[in-house]
Amino acid sequence: MLNNIYMIAIIFAKAIAIVIGLIIMVLLLTYLERKVIGYMHVRIGPNRVGPRGWLQPVADTIKLITKEIIIPTASNRFLFVLAPAISFGTALIAWAVIPFDQGVVVANINAGILYVLAISSLGVYGIMIAGWASNSKYSLFGSLRAAAQSISYEIAMGFALIGVMMAAGSLNFQAVVMAQQGGFWHWYWLPLLPLFMVYWISGVAETNRLPFDVAEGESELVGGFHVEYSGVTFALFFFAEYANMVLISALISLLFLGGWLSPFQSIPYVEFWFAWVPGPVWLLIKISFFLYCYLWFRATFPRFRYDQIMRLGWKVFIPLTLIWIIVIAFAVQLKIGPWFASG
Amino acid sequence: MRADKNMIQRLTQYIKSFSFWDFLVGMKVTGSYFWKKKITIQYPEESTPVSPRFRGIHALRRYPNGEERCIACKLCEAVCPALAIKIEAEPYADGLRRTTLYEIDLFKCIYCGLCEESCPVDAIVLTNMGDYHIEQRGENILTKEKLLAIGDQYEVQIAKDRAEDKAYR
Repeated sequence: MLNNIYMIAIIFAKAIAIVIGLIIMVLLLTYLERKVIGYMHVRIGPNRVGPRGWLQPVADTIKLITKEIIIPTASNRFLFVLAPAISFGTALIAWAVIPFDQGVVVANINAGILYVLAISSLGVYGIMIAGWASNSKYSLFGSLRAAAQSISYEIAMGFALIGVMMAAGSLNFQAVVMAQQGGFWHWYWLPLLPLFMVYWISGVAETNRLPFDVAEGESELVGGFHVEYSGVTFALFFFAEYANMVLISALISLLFLGGWLSPFQSIPYVEFWFAWVPGPVWLLIKISFFLYCYLWFRATFPRFRYDQIMRLGWKVFIPLTLIWIIVIAFAVQLKIGPWFASG
Repeated sequence: MRADKNMIQRLTQYIKSFSFWDFLVGMKVTGSYFWKKKITIQYPEESTPVSPRFRGIHALRRYPNGEERCIACKLCEAVCPALAIKIEAEPYADGLRRTTLYEIDLFKCIYCGLCEESCPVDAIVLTNMGDYHIEQRGENILTKEKLLAIGDQYEVQIAKDRAEDKAYR
């Protein structure tokens, strides 16, 4: 009995630690987003609040928390308030199975990849309910677009994950990472390159970020599904979007870039120079790279037209992943090294 | 994909689109700008150079001995296309003609500079101060005292701008 309570307390502490870490990541990300995009526009971005603008996200948080929550009279009040909670919750619970190092994970379950796939599909409910409950045409359009987009890209994402699953022979994240032992060229991004690209682009589309942010589409839909939201309810959507960005970056780092493994494994001498770097730091570097790419895409590409997004999802990604799954099947069966030699 | 394209063109297009060539070119552009020197001018602390001909807020000037230049000829009032200037005048105790009321409505003024051009004694001028604001209702009316105060405050700058632009007037 006492042992059980102790275990629950440990899990609770881990969850709190992840949530706090995630909040810090999101705050930093909102700051860096404006800073990076500003730099790419040859501007300097926010620099007034605190030294070099570092306290800007804190100021924004205070602003969003103290603002009035406006609930439209025509809306469904219960669902209107529930929707951001669903978005927020699903953005957080997927982190339960993300390992940060060998054995450092809240729930080391066998079907981790499946769990993440399920949870990331649930996230779209928050957006759909928000759009419907707002009882506004812009919100509804935004949520319909988000739903169609998420469903289309989920399939390609799922197929990309099947490729990883076949290569690693497991649905457990730790097993997938350990199967990529052996340095930069042994990671799955190389043999699964098409799946890696498909997963990355689908991930950008899945989180409704530019150039796939038609669900928000501020130029045609005002703000998409969160037009009617203000104050804390808006902040929850905002947090969920950024937490999902971090999540997709973490997933892609784990599945295709060797998670917490050092890129210098199996290179003589260099391997030992970097042996002191702890695993989570490597993971953080990889996550940061993908987050930077998110911001880079946003600064570079205009929004896709809606039919182009659908064409890309259904007519390019799904056939591509299907073909590569067959290729991977042969590679695994024939034990083509160095990736599948042991498999 | 048009049908009249030959095989090689189609192939190169396929390779281009599957290698994200155009995307990488675009990202190279933004990526290179990331490292460039930033051209932002941080306004309240820094400002862009202002032309001596810039037409900002108005001012009434004085002669070096402190005497008002304005002789109440009302040419500016007559020429003003926006009817923003209102002048009343009468002879003072010393026998000279002076304005008793000289008001410019900043909301009506279109900053055309015709008042300055028409003035025979260079009394009303447009300074190069473009950044001023109005906080209270009624502050948009620049009274004679305010105009003279602005003139006294920026006389050095006003004289410098006039000297720089003298050859072209």
